[in-house]
Amino acid sequence: MNINLTMFGQLIMFAMFTWFCMKFVWPPIVMAMEQRKKRIESGLLAAERGRSEQEEAQVKAQEMINQSKDQAAEIIANATRQASNMVEDAKDVALKEVGKVKAQVQAQLEQDTSHVRNELKNQVSDLVMQGVSAVLDKEVDAKVHQQMLGKLSQSLS
Amino acid sequence: MSATNEVITSGSYIKHHLQNLTYGQFPDGHWGLAHTVSEAKEMGFWAFHLDTLGVSFLLGALFLIFFYRVGKKMTVDTPSGVQNFIESVVDFINENVRGSFNGQNPMVAPLALTTFIWIVLMNTMDLVPVDWLPYVAQQIGVWFGADPHHVFFKVVPTTDPNATLGMSIGIFILIIYYSIKEKGVGGFAAELTFHPFGKMMLPFNLFLEGVNLIAKPVSLALRLFGNMYAGEMIFILIALLPFWVQWSLSLPWAIFHILIVLLQAFIFMTLVIVYMDMAHQKEH
Repeated sequence: MNINLTMFGQLIMFAMFTWFCMKFVWPPIVMAMEQRKKRIESGLLAAERGRSEQEEAQVKAQEMINQSKDQAAEIIANATRQASNMVEDAKDVALKEVGKVKAQVQAQLEQDTSHVRNELKNQVSDLVMQGVSAVLDKEVDAKVHQQMLGKLSQSLS
Repeated sequence: MSATNEVITSGSYIKHHLQNLTYGQFPDGHWGLAHTVSEAKEMGFWAFHLDTLGVSFLLGALFLIFFYRVGKKMTVDTPSGVQNFIESVVDFINENVRGSFNGQNPMVAPLALTTFIWIVLMNTMDLVPVDWLPYVAQQIGVWFGADPHHVFFKVVPTTDPNATLGMSIGIFILIIYYSIKEKGVGGFAAELTFHPFGKMMLPFNLFLEGVNLIAKPVSLALRLFGNMYAGEMIFILIALLPFWVQWSLSLPWAIFHILIVLLQAFIFMTLVIVYMDMAHQKEH
């Protein structure tokens, strides 16, 4: 338990150890820890930023969806309107065409009717004339009665 | 624990355990190893305790090499088990320094780390059963042709007041160095003389502050030494009991001693930080 030179040996050793620790042991350890701290901090910041960006993007996407929905609705409404217009137009055209065809057919019909009637009239009058002439062949002179017969055929027509 | 047939009494056993392996100057002027307790005593101041110096050097080197190697292989990404351990120790020291030290000095934290780990390791030697390492030393001594009974070996450096005083004197030098560096010679002198009672009581102030200043290293050294010496003493006394009851006392004491080992190292480190902080304080 004597106090002796050991004390100074210990003192020198202590100084040496502390110096070595300060120079070679402490800095790399603390530096690595500090670096990791920074990395974690920046990572957290980036995560935060990413989250807010994602939220923003979501809002933007929702906006875009809404916009395109509106647009689609508009397009559909337009198309519907256009389609109904086209149908209306087509109906009009068809109706006109029908009218035209009808008129044509009617005209044709009338023409045919009159034609047929005329023909019939002619034939009837011929027949009558034949019959009458057959009946009157002997008694009536064709030349005499020519005038009367002409009047008759005229009234028949 | 002796290889000779000499009868070992309790007294001689204890004395043998408490004697350092001393290398010093004999009264006649030549240097050599002390073979007896009285020879060691006669050497007086001009002697070295080889066991204290050797064990503390080995432990300090062990600590530094271990930390240095881990520090060199530090990775930022995924720390391994050893690195985690080192980092938690460094974190613990850093937290303590940040809590108690307000100045700007890159030396304080490494100083605290060195102090803490070195003292923990030196104190931990107390937990090695009291006879193991002295026995090994004795066998080595016998191998070198020494009388086994004259080979002394005190394993725990902190049970040697030289070790604790050496460290606390180092701290004392740092206190004075940084006090003068931060406050200037005048500021440091003013702190010692104009406080706590003003200029009129200058000699009294100087006396008070002087005692205060000297008490720091002395209390630092004696607290650690006293605690470890008492603990070691109890282990030695337990070792004197019959072998079949030894474990029932040495085991609880060892478990309790783990607490003291860490606590004393922690107290020493904390006080070093606090003293460094006081040395750096400009306003009193």
